Amino acid sequence: MAVTMATISLTVNGRSHALNVDPDTPLLYVLSDDLELRGPKFGCGLGQCGACTVIVRGRAVRSCVTPVGTLNRADITTLEGLGTSERPHPIQQAFIDEQAAQCGFCLSGVILTAKAFLDQNPRATDPQIQQAMSTVLCRCFAHTRMLRAIKRYAQEKA
Amino acid sequence: MRSPEGPVRSETLILRRAQDERRVEGLAPRRRTVTMTPDARAALARAGFSRRDFLKTSGALIVGFSAAGAAQRIGLAQRGGGARGPQVDARQLDSWIAIATDGSVTAYTGKCELGQGISTAQLQLVAEELSVPIARVKLIQCDTSIAPDQGTTSGSQSTPTNFNERNLAQAGATAREALVRLASERLGAPVNQLAAADGVITVKGDASKRVSYGELVGGKKFSIPLSTTAKRKPASEWTVLGKPVGRVDMPAMATGQFEFVHNVRVPGMLHGRVVRPPAVGATLVSVDESSVRGLPGLVKVVVKKNFVGVVAEKPWQAIQAANRLKATWTPGVGLPSHRDFYDYLRKQKPSRDTFVVSSKDVDEKLAQAKEVLKATYLHPYQMHGSIGSSCAVADVQGDKATIWSPTQSAHPTRSGSALLLGLPVENVRVIFTRGSGCYGINGADTVSYDAALLSQAVGKPVRVQLSRRDEMAWENYGVAFVIDQRVGIDANGTIVAWDYEGWSPTLGGRPGYDRPGNVITGQLAGFEPAAFTPRTPAPDPGGAFDNGGNTAPSYVTGCVGGKCGGTGTVRSERVLSHTVKSHFFTGPLRSPSRLQNTFAHECFMDEVASRVKVDPVEYRLRHLSDARLSHVVREAAKAARWEARPSPRPDVRRTGIAGGRGISCVLYEGDNGYAAMVAEVDVDQATGRVRVKRIVVAQDCGPISNPDGMRNQLEGGALQGMSRALGEEVTWDDQKVTSIDWRTYHSLPLGFEVPAVESVLVNRTDVEATGSGETSITIVAAAIGNAIFDATGARIRQVPFTPERVKAALDARIGSSALL
Ligand code: FES
Ligand code: FES
Repeated sequence: MAVTMATISLTVNGRSHALNVDPDTPLLYVLSDDLELRGPKFGCGLGQCGACTVIVRGRAVRSCVTPVGTLNRADITTLEGLGTSERPHPIQQAFIDEQAAQCGFCLSGVILTAKAFLDQNPRATDPQIQQAMSTVLCRCFAHTRMLRAIKRYAQEKA
Repeated sequence: MRSPEGPVRSETLILRRAQDERRVEGLAPRRRTVTMTPDARAALARAGFSRRDFLKTSGALIVGFSAAGAAQRIGLAQRGGGARGPQVDARQLDSWIAIATDGSVTAYTGKCELGQGISTAQLQLVAEELSVPIARVKLIQCDTSIAPDQGTTSGSQSTPTNFNERNLAQAGATAREALVRLASERLGAPVNQLAAADGVITVKGDASKRVSYGELVGGKKFSIPLSTTAKRKPASEWTVLGKPVGRVDMPAMATGQFEFVHNVRVPGMLHGRVVRPPAVGATLVSVDESSVRGLPGLVKVVVKKNFVGVVAEKPWQAIQAANRLKATWTPGVGLPSHRDFYDYLRKQKPSRDTFVVSSKDVDEKLAQAKEVLKATYLHPYQMHGSIGSSCAVADVQGDKATIWSPTQSAHPTRSGSALLLGLPVENVRVIFTRGSGCYGINGADTVSYDAALLSQAVGKPVRVQLSRRDEMAWENYGVAFVIDQRVGIDANGTIVAWDYEGWSPTLGGRPGYDRPGNVITGQLAGFEPAAFTPRTPAPDPGGAFDNGGNTAPSYVTGCVGGKCGGTGTVRSERVLSHTVKSHFFTGPLRSPSRLQNTFAHECFMDEVASRVKVDPVEYRLRHLSDARLSHVVREAAKAARWEARPSPRPDVRRTGIAGGRGISCVLYEGDNGYAAMVAEVDVDQATGRVRVKRIVVAQDCGPISNPDGMRNQLEGGALQGMSRALGEEVTWDDQKVTSIDWRTYHSLPLGFEVPAVESVLVNRTDVEATGSGETSITIVAAAIGNAIFDATGARIRQVPFTPERVKAALDARIGSSALL
């Protein structure tokens, strides 16, 4: 039952880290437990809800089902890597302006999935945005506000 | 009321009906030594409190920590067991409000933020009553060491409890009057010549004569009781309360900086994972520890009766150990067939029978009626299904425990944990720390117990986050219902008698102060759930009419003991409910029982209106006696541009996409918020797929604290209710629950065609404030069901309205085959 450890280098929100971990460990645990980041959350651990989303190479990635060993030398952005309370990223500002959350637990999935999609598809139509968000869950059902915030960000970008 | 410590009841508290969700805000004693999370500490530091302030002066804050930082968390548990402090008394102003030397205000509340926005609203309330900017108010919520025991944050009770002439609101008014009195002495001017603004009191017309709150009481106690006569600011003068203030926590949430309980880290913290039984009712035979021996990071395998868990250094290690651990269990007790469950439910014996109301003439009136209509409605078990599986951190060392918990019930969880751990209650501290939105009793209480048991076993702090399966398979579900409805109508088409009979299962529930066995962890560890006490036949209803479960429809008079508390005109009324034993744990899920009952009432009312060919809005108004409920019905209809005509629409086609609209309404809990809703749907008659296009909701909850917060709740409630109505149902096989993830329990994702939700807020400042977190969710299933009927002539009487079920109802329409 011996586990082979490996040294993995990651750049997270602009900071580099070298970690000695079991390479099978899902990235989420490395981010939230080893690096104590608050953005990515454990929601389901099954890739079904989005709460653990981070951005890797411009794409939204579900960190709960992504072994850290597959990401050596990757550049990773979490929700707190976008902006701060004092200087939020425009998409975060759009969520603040629209008051688009209740408990806020799902926001990594909602904001980062939308951002990654819109950054790659700046002219996306409403149905395309809807499609992109089709596997992201918010159990408080702040959907109307969240979709408004996402569209506001899309318009500001366009 | 149920505190083992014999709570003192404040004269300023009102006693509301004892109800599943309701707790009298009993007051438990408080310890003098406390720590808080770094965020809370930072908040206090920002508020200008020094450590000396805490020690010397504040009635509410008595803190013995030195440096900030996570290490304090540990220090607390180790040091915290000093002598019990004096009882903190919620009759005292200092228990609610403290003013620092710089004039900033700290308020203490037992009603906590669950994502519903109550912390921002409470900040607005305190800022308003004290005439200070909201940024100068800090709120400390639900820490058993320093916040008043206000029971459970639930049942839409935070607003009625803290925003009327008692508790927090009254504390604010008391403090303002006290400050003005002090200023009057200091400035030598009569009270009526003084004005308070921005934390400063000035003599009217002479701005040079001024004194700040900080100068008046900064850092000292008020040492006065809550006044029963202090006058709250009239709503006409509000500048902060009643305004759409943005959520104070929104920037931190949107930028990933917010500290949820999932992010609490304490030095030396280990990670636990529980191993639940493979089947409902299975008990532990043995655990083979050699199956995990040598696994990296494994610290301990913990067994206590049927409770099994592992503790490891890292979460991933704990997960692997739990997965590999070989435990042998007895077979489960066996579950009733899911397919035939509603028949089974109806036939269950024994039952506990209750008359909510019984005029004793229902059989006679039904016999005399021109026509009797009846229908049966079915509602499944549903789950809270929080997006984040529940998490807690506990530090149990020796005979002291600190638990960081997302529970809605900090003080009750403290008592329950003490029982579970075998510790004196005064040695346990629960620090409420926000979790994922819960919507009732999700896994928050049970995971707090999990963390406590595992921490006790290793003598170190342990964090536990449940797996998705453990969250979903063992939570306390919202209950299933079978409801038989019957009415008699006279020659004019008016309802002359209403007869309701309902069956629902129950097991466990909120643990309260003394029932840890009401959730799975407590039961596994050897505590019994609250006993089921059968009672047949039901006794006559006593006391006053209590419609806290919305078991009676809005259209009856609700007469008990000669007094009528209902909102309707139907005098001949019988409302009989049966609870029976559940195989699964049950507990409050947003709008418990009220949602299920209202679905049945409001759909049935529509069926009757259709039968007598009267417009459903008009027919409701005809049977309502309550002006506020009638008003929101009219407001919703008006905003939706309701076209008055009977349902179904006259030109129903049997194929293609059919559009229709439906209405529903409720006085939530019989006394806690008026709401009405119109839903517009399209039904694809080839597939049975329902698309909700538009929802209009009108609401009157008295004076509005924060209109945007209220809209957020109405929108979220409407869509959550829509998800429950269209897709959510707990399923099981003959041994275990099979709804264990988001593929087997269906929540509408962000990407569905989200309807427009429009809300009409009726702001009434001449009545008491009521709750608004559970109104819209209560009426949405009926509004959608009625809209489907209006569009197609097919009536769906079973939630969820899955495409298959809708298709079956469409196919069952009389004569449909001829028309296809
Ligand atoms: S936690 Fe990763 S998708 Fe749910
Ligand atoms: S805001 Fe609570 S889950 Fe989305």
